[in-house]
Amino acid sequence: MTIEIEDLHKKFGKNQVLKGVDLTIDEGHIYAILGPNGSGKTTLIKSILGMVIPNKGQIMVLEKPIKKDWKYRKQINYLPQIANFPPNIKVKELIHMIKDLRNSVADETELITLFGLEPFLNKKLSTLSGGTKQKVNIVLTFMFDSPLIILDEPTTGLDPKALIRLKELIQKEKTQGKTILITSHIMQFVEEVADEIVYLLEGEIYFKGNIEKLLKQTEQTNFEHAIATITNIGSHA
Amino acid sequence: MLKILKYSFYDLIRSRWSYVYFLFYLALGFVLLFLNNDVSKAVITLMNVIIVLIPLIGTIFGVMYYYNSREFTELLLAQPINRRSIFMGQYFGVAGSLTMSLVLGLGIPFVLYGLLRSNAIFDFSLLLVTGAFLTFIFVGLSFVIAISNENKIKGFGYAVLLWLFLAVVYDGLFLMSLIVFEEYPLDTFSLVATALNPIDLSRILILLKLDISALLGYTGAIFKKFFGTDLGFLVSMAILLLWTVLPILGLGHKAKRKDF
Repeated sequence: MTIEIEDLHKKFGKNQVLKGVDLTIDEGHIYAILGPNGSGKTTLIKSILGMVIPNKGQIMVLEKPIKKDWKYRKQINYLPQIANFPPNIKVKELIHMIKDLRNSVADETELITLFGLEPFLNKKLSTLSGGTKQKVNIVLTFMFDSPLIILDEPTTGLDPKALIRLKELIQKEKTQGKTILITSHIMQFVEEVADEIVYLLEGEIYFKGNIEKLLKQTEQTNFEHAIATITNIGSHA
Repeated sequence: MLKILKYSFYDLIRSRWSYVYFLFYLALGFVLLFLNNDVSKAVITLMNVIIVLIPLIGTIFGVMYYYNSREFTELLLAQPINRRSIFMGQYFGVAGSLTMSLVLGLGIPFVLYGLLRSNAIFDFSLLLVTGAFLTFIFVGLSFVIAISNENKIKGFGYAVLLWLFLAVVYDGLFLMSLIVFEEYPLDTFSLVATALNPIDLSRILILLKLDISALLGYTGAIFKKFFGTDLGFLVSMAILLLWTVLPILGLGHKAKRKDF
């Protein structure tokens, strides 16, 4: 098991965002974490990353509890939702800096070619468009070789060509036995890449299983419609 | 932490505002020296300017930097780096680059003018040291305020209020209490009250070193008796140091518990 979450609770002020989440993420699969806005997807991901500190419950990453630890993040590549970098540095310097900070081996040249970022390497980040920033973000995430990859809305701002590259990249990582967590609102993308669906609703896991199981339970033939009608199935996973 | 410090520092010294700040001090130093033609007088005028300005710039810069680098901080938080190191690195980066602007901006004109040969070198170094202390103190306080307030407007508001309180309102209250309680012995009270405010403390420290405390009358004599001695000097430095360390500890404490 790559990640094991037990009875996770998180409250922001009066707002109870996670209400006892139990979740096991197995090695070598692609998981899509879905749910309506405000259902706690990002909070869940940030709890795994240690950015949000839970009120109650335990999270184990690679068999180790993450509380008060930070070294385990060396095993995680994380793509944040909004890519906003220091404006005064160049793309090349940012890549170099993250490599330096993580202190691990990275191979970025192939990724830079893949996303056609060569002309931007010497430009300052403040001059880049949203889509280009997202490509830089993707390069930063995938250049390290870690067993766990977490992608928060990876498709934002990407053009079709880059989107295809991203999907190929995700599949390639999967064949190397990596575990990948994705959140996205683009159902077509989820349907193409994900093995397992985790559906969060109001801070609880409402459904967990593969796409076939989801289609069967909701009695739908189309994945997007199945997600839209998922709350009609009375049973919890 | 050193890596974060390095990158924050580089990021800042390349930003326009660091140059503006540096050039401001450079211009101030040149203008004062060549209008005054007297290093000691220039030091006094400088003191009056920087004792108010440094805390203001430190506060505004600290809050602005914290809020502007929020998303980048989040990126760093997801990396295998200790939380404390991230915030400490950023803090020392901001405070360090501001201090550098101050020291270089004022230092260059003074060195060119021939400070090294004059006997005002100690006064001038004291000015720079207290300036550095004030920078670290107010950047630290503003970081604590910023990390405690998600809302930028609120954070800015509190930070500016804090500056206003320590730079202006505090003196007013102090004076008022001196007038209201004038029939009581206030020596100890005024000593303590001065020591509690880093801005006042810096001002008194510099004034006393400049040997113009005679102008301050009876109170000045008491101050001189305390702050003028080596012990008083050490105690004041210790208090400034405490003022610097407390916000840093507060920042570490807040950083450990915060959700991003």
